[in-house]
Amino acid sequence: MTDSGIGVLGRGAELAIEAKGLRRVYRSRTGWLRPRRTQVEAVRGVDLTVRRGELFGLLGPNGAGKTTTIKMLNTLLIPTAGTARVCGFDVVRETMQVRRRIGYIFGGDRGLYDRLTALDNLRYFAELYGVPARDQRRRIGEVLELVGLTGRERERVEGYSRGMRQRLHIARGLLHSPELLFMDEPSIGVDPVGARELRATVANLAATGTTVLLTTHYMAEADELCDRIAVIVHGRIRALGTPAELRRHAEGRRVLEVEVYGVDDGHLAAIRRVPGVRECNVEERGPAQVLTVQSDAGRDVQPDMLRALSGLRLGRVEVREPTLEDAYVAIVSESSAPSSDVDQLETVGVAS
Amino acid sequence: MSLVRMLAVGTWLHVKQLSRSPFEIATSILIPLVQATLAVYLFRASPQPQALLGAAVGAGLMGVWSSVLFGSGGAIQRHRWEGTLEVLMLAPRRPVLVILPFTIATAVTGTYSIVATLLWGRLLYGIRLTFADPLGFVAAVPVCILSLGMFGLLLASTFVLMRNANALANTLEYPIWLLSGMLIPITTLPGWTGPLAAVLPTTWGSRAVRAAATGGEVWGPLAVCLAISLVCLALGALALSYVERRARAAATLALA
Ligand SMILES: Nc1ncnc2c1ncn2[C@@H]1O[C@H](COP(=O)(O)OP(=O)(O)OP(=O)(O)O)[C@@H](O)[C@H]1O
Ligand SMILES: [Mg+2]
Repeated sequence: MTDSGIGVLGRGAELAIEAKGLRRVYRSRTGWLRPRRTQVEAVRGVDLTVRRGELFGLLGPNGAGKTTTIKMLNTLLIPTAGTARVCGFDVVRETMQVRRRIGYIFGGDRGLYDRLTALDNLRYFAELYGVPARDQRRRIGEVLELVGLTGRERERVEGYSRGMRQRLHIARGLLHSPELLFMDEPSIGVDPVGARELRATVANLAATGTTVLLTTHYMAEADELCDRIAVIVHGRIRALGTPAELRRHAEGRRVLEVEVYGVDDGHLAAIRRVPGVRECNVEERGPAQVLTVQSDAGRDVQPDMLRALSGLRLGRVEVREPTLEDAYVAIVSESSAPSSDVDQLETVGVAS
Repeated sequence: MSLVRMLAVGTWLHVKQLSRSPFEIATSILIPLVQATLAVYLFRASPQPQALLGAAVGAGLMGVWSSVLFGSGGAIQRHRWEGTLEVLMLAPRRPVLVILPFTIATAVTGTYSIVATLLWGRLLYGIRLTFADPLGFVAAVPVCILSLGMFGLLLASTFVLMRNANALANTLEYPIWLLSGMLIPITTLPGWTGPLAAVLPTTWGSRAVRAAATGGEVWGPLAVCLAISLVCLALGALALSYVERRARAAATLALA
């Protein structure tokens, strides 16, 4: 599906997104009596190319700079350094041309006119985006149908559930049939069935030539949808490739999942010292915790590991092949290890 | 044509959104009651029969001005809080075209107070609603509303540039009422206020509307009001484009 859009959408540029050396620094003042100027370098040199029709995933931990990157590409933020072209137009100088061609869908329930109906919300944005009057009714009907809000469109948004608001956001983003769609955690708050429908919608958009840049914290979603994925950590791209290529980061590894009760930092440290163990993460699951341990495939770390956990009540123990999520965890923890160069002072405080 | 349509639909939807706020509804019913009472007690003693009507109309205009001052002055901030500023700015339109419907809407919702003040005046105090120039009145009010909406755009764009815009808005409410002769005739004010009043669109607008109610020249002042407002619109558009670019650099379009 990667090249299908070029012939139809043409307009010169073959690349939907072309970013070079993007950086963004946030400066802010905090405090009243003794104001401090703080400076956060959110994005530290991102190069990115996305082909037309491609479905591109941007993954990374909280605060990694995903939203910041998207906002530089969709003209909401001016980059501190670097350049970017979207659909062939410069994001700083040719904002109108860029804005006409893109849609932006973000997670959360803000950004809608609460005391208006869904229909009025869509009507207003159809006008703002210059959807011709004679097409508006049909187009609004289509997007309502697409997100499953048909029949509820005459209700005020203030009475909508979180997931319904999210669906309305999506409908609004699609209204003007953008060439390029930025989706920043679009599935937040959407129920499982809705999320599956959303994935089908996104896949369908991409199949019909729309370029999509998607961020999500659901690895399965990214794995299922994306042609290529970039993992961004501390404002830098740490890995880039197809889901299959990324999974290779965890190649030669084996994953051991252990259900355990009452594990603490001491246990974790002990496990990390076991020869052959590469990663160890813990996740709360109800009263129990689940330890996910990645180790070199050639070594059986299980006996040493269980010794490190001796005295604790254990539940299910399972060995499996690495998934995209394991690969992601490996990439992220490699990039944020204390020895790597990314952990230079992130916040520079200057008393003034 | 589609531009006019976009502005009209935008204004209408903003009026809907604004007038459904419980706070807005309460103030637009109660404030005019206070203002009608104020007007009546100030002018009951006047020998001219039309003075009461003029005072009521003036008091209604005061309500429009308050609505524009606080609504438009806080337009950017309000949209930022509601999270709608980013999506509005993302639309492929010049910032002025996105904000103007909102500022006009704040003037339009202000018309409630003209209607309500006249109604309260009629019901409670028996003011007779006989207009000297009914046609002029029907024309002057919408033009005046539109003008104040354009003036509001200048407020919207300049207030965001100032740190203490809220305090400024509070201090501007009464002086403009007085300066533009909404409540008491300008001729009773000290001479130095004259030039100040002459550049305010509110002065000319209220002169036209009052003239339509009580007699006098309507169209001249109305034209001046519209002309000054168009200048405000142009200045406001420039300022707003500057504001938008600055906000994209400083990351202040979103709250977080
Ligand atoms: N307006 C702002 N002012 C100051 N700092 C900001 C601002 N917006 C973001 N940041 C900081 O920039 C960094 C990157 O934030 P960003 O929102 O891009 O992360 P993200 O990858 O989208 O994270 P998440 O997964 O939580 O959405 C964070 O350290 C954040 O605190
Ligand atoms: Mg984010």
